[in-house]
Amino acid sequence: MAPARDRRTGFSRRRQYSTFIGYVLAVAGAVVGAVLLVVSSVHPPAFGTARMAVASVTAPIAGVLDAGVDAVASVPRAIGTWIGVHGENAQLRAEVARSRALLTRARIIAYDNRRLRALLRVRDRTPEAVIAARLVGSTASSGRRFALLNAGRLQGVQPGMPVRGPDGLVGRVLESGPIAARVLLITDPESLVPVRRTRDGVAAIAAGRGDGRVDIRSVDATNVRFNRGDMFVTSGTGGLYAPGVPVAQVDRNGMDSVAATPFMAPDALDFAVVERPYVPMPPPPPARPAVP
Amino acid sequence: MTTRNSIDYRPFQAPLPPGRARALPWVSVLAASALTAVVPVVASLPLMPPLGLILLLSWRLLARFALRPWAAAPLGLFDDLVSGQPLGSAMLLWSLCFIAIELIEQRLVTRDFWQDWLIASGAIVFCTAIGRWIAVPIGAHVDTVLLAQTMISVMLFPLSARLVAWIDRKRGPTA
Repeated sequence: MAPARDRRTGFSRRRQYSTFIGYVLAVAGAVVGAVLLVVSSVHPPAFGTARMAVASVTAPIAGVLDAGVDAVASVPRAIGTWIGVHGENAQLRAEVARSRALLTRARIIAYDNRRLRALLRVRDRTPEAVIAARLVGSTASSGRRFALLNAGRLQGVQPGMPVRGPDGLVGRVLESGPIAARVLLITDPESLVPVRRTRDGVAAIAAGRGDGRVDIRSVDATNVRFNRGDMFVTSGTGGLYAPGVPVAQVDRNGMDSVAATPFMAPDALDFAVVERPYVPMPPPPPARPAVP
Repeated sequence: MTTRNSIDYRPFQAPLPPGRARALPWVSVLAASALTAVVPVVASLPLMPPLGLILLLSWRLLARFALRPWAAAPLGLFDDLVSGQPLGSAMLLWSLCFIAIELIEQRLVTRDFWQDWLIASGAIVFCTAIGRWIAVPIGAHVDTVLLAQTMISVMLFPLSARLVAWIDRKRGPTA
């Protein structure tokens, strides 16, 4: 490349000053960036308003693109279904025959369960759904795993609400703007979800790894063996997530801390359901009377 | 594009008005940043290259006077708002890249494209590595993916250089 056309400012004072101020502003920009970075590291929710204001513009655009991609992708899917329908039919018939006995047993157990629970007078809460919305985008270039939800404060989505899909837990709402919200996925490196094993109720923590999987770590015991195929559901500890929502399945045998694949693939998801926190936040404590 | 040799060539056609010509580099970098946010994919892996940064570096290295020396900070601020990194990280890192390129430019006056590519690669590696260190805890398993992302970004630079050259030619010589 040829050298820069013009580096010199000549005798013009105006040009000299404007060049100098340009460099001063460049360094000032770096300093301001460093200050903002420190502020947002100390207090991550800072600047959420600005982020969500921008997201309220990008989310509708992403929503339209998402719908377009869905429409295009549905064509080969429809053709594939058309071709595979006979084999699938035979397979499903066989499966219905196999699982009929199991279903009867499950019905009996469910009935027993209801009866016994009524006997014990367990106070059951059912989580209330706020809205079903689409996950339309994500932070694909950053190491953090956030998704963009196409609904916000106007639809009743508030920070802290859990988000789930048909197959399992997706994450929770981190910040919400007027018509868009940012969801912290369970695979984010800073996400922690209290879980328990379906088989025997061993408590564990599902911590995101950042590579699309979660780490299952035992919490209350050492030398816990995790086997391949162990399933984990939310335990309801902490009161944010409702108990019994599927979270992940362990990939291979291990002790104390193993990798597991989440049940919910956020990209395969068409709708996610935002729910109220399982146990509502306690009201703030009354103001302490002033000391006389 | 009508070339000089075609019959449609109009030598006295007015170029873009200066205001619009000056806004084009800004708009293109902002659009590249926003593209990351509107791609309708909920990614499990951070494989998407930082398009805003790549385009910004191309503008800086190929058309030096297209952006002011302080342009990195506001453009980085916008990128932070959509990228999911903590606010201020791109603002700081992009500004540092601009200052570093300025220092290199004083020593390396005549460069060819390979040297530009090398400088851009260094800047991309710097930004992704420090960005990972700032945003993601050390224990996270993102390093392999990050390496792939960096490779993709470095390989994308020539393409982005072609794009920038094309836009720059459209802007005309007056800008």
